[in-house]
Amino acid sequence: MTFLQVTLFLWEGFKLSLLIFAVTLLCGAPLGLPIAFCSMSKFKPLKYLSKVFVWVVRGIPLMLQIFIFYYAPGLVFNIPISRNINLFFLQNFGIENMGMIIPVLVAFTVNYACYFSEIYRGGIESITYGQYEAGYVLGLTKSQVFRHIVLKQVIKRIVPPMSNEIITLIKDTALANCIMLPEIIMKAGELASREMLVWPLFYTGAFYLVFVGLLTIILGRVEKKLDYFKA
Amino acid sequence: MANLYINNIYKKFGKTEVLKGISFTLNEGEVVSIIGSSGSGKTTLLRCINFLETPDYGTISIDDNVLFNGENHSKLTDAQIRENRLHFGLVFQSFNLFPQYSVLQNVTLAPKLLKKGTNEEIEQKAKQLIEQVGLTDKMNSYPCQLSGGQQQRVAIARALAMNPDILCFDEPTSALDPELTGEVLKVIKDLKESGRTMIVVTHEMEFAKNVSDKIIFMADGVIEEIGTPKDIFENPVSEKTKHFLQNSLERI
Repeated sequence: MTFLQVTLFLWEGFKLSLLIFAVTLLCGAPLGLPIAFCSMSKFKPLKYLSKVFVWVVRGIPLMLQIFIFYYAPGLVFNIPISRNINLFFLQNFGIENMGMIIPVLVAFTVNYACYFSEIYRGGIESITYGQYEAGYVLGLTKSQVFRHIVLKQVIKRIVPPMSNEIITLIKDTALANCIMLPEIIMKAGELASREMLVWPLFYTGAFYLVFVGLLTIILGRVEKKLDYFKA
Repeated sequence: MANLYINNIYKKFGKTEVLKGISFTLNEGEVVSIIGSSGSGKTTLLRCINFLETPDYGTISIDDNVLFNGENHSKLTDAQIRENRLHFGLVFQSFNLFPQYSVLQNVTLAPKLLKKGTNEEIEQKAKQLIEQVGLTDKMNSYPCQLSGGQQQRVAIARALAMNPDILCFDEPTSALDPELTGEVLKVIKDLKESGRTMIVVTHEMEFAKNVSDKIIFMADGVIEEIGTPKDIFENPVSEKTKHFLQNSLERI
């Protein structure tokens, strides 16, 4: 196999890694917000429910959570996840017969939402109460104070920890191969066993490196953009 | 007219009684300074007046308008509390400017969100207020680029932008370097000359003496003594007042 052929073969796998990355970020980041608000709720049952949930999700290996979401539908509801389930939006990307990506997406989204929620909570709680009070005495409503005064300061504070999580996320996608989802490392393994080519396994690192490099630049720009004020 | 009537205010935090029956009247155009040692309840009183704390008992009224009545305070909705807050402005000890907004934006934010006029009107008025506190050249600076004294002057302009009946100051110079207190005190003094009604909690005795129409000396949650600056500083009646003033002067 030529270098180009190997690259294209691995790229097929990396597309899945990128898909898991994008869906987790797009669904997990917003989902973290209600979880964070529940954790800060004054209504005790909701607060503790949310804390226990975050504890469980952060306390169990992500790989195990993928297994749970993969096997639970079959074991509990008798509707096993089949490879043949097709999702129309995936077919558009040439990804077919990938039913097992659903439990992976769910597990990643839930898992990362919990991590994000803790970052949000830390960010929100780090804003001094004086900022809220300054808004209140001017006659602003609670939601105006949050949206127009607190939010941007929170965003500034959570960019560095969020960047960390986002960079971890792309590498965590490799865990999907525990249920035989052909992401990039799985594809490289295939080459090793079928074609006796070991070097593509190490070459996969380059894909991650390039992508993380891009992320670092983008996230650095975001950070820089918020550099104009101190909070 | 806007005369403030504070009547028999009580406030407890847990088991600690912080305010034990505070009553006083502030007439329009008057400046009252509240002095007293730490823990005497000065700041809590100011926070009650600004509806950041809810008193347990007592009434707060402006002219005939009862803003707060301890008997039925649970009936105050969030909207009413906001409405009440608009009668007052508060300048904090630690400024609490919004760091992500420029000086001008800090001053215009609340009037714009609460639609107190067209954007042009609001900006024009804000610029005028910023000029009044002497910061026209800092209009587009961010709070982190300003000195403490400058930040506090912006905070004053921000409070004035909502056009409150009564402007309150919570130890406005306590967080400042000594050489910066003057510029803030001068702004307050100018406001007094333009006829603003103000309540100033302060440790600056000399300042209190010079700008106030009335001095309230608080100790242990009660008004120990109230009177003109002359009464309080030259002929204090209460032992506690004498003791406090002696200590304050010794420090200087």
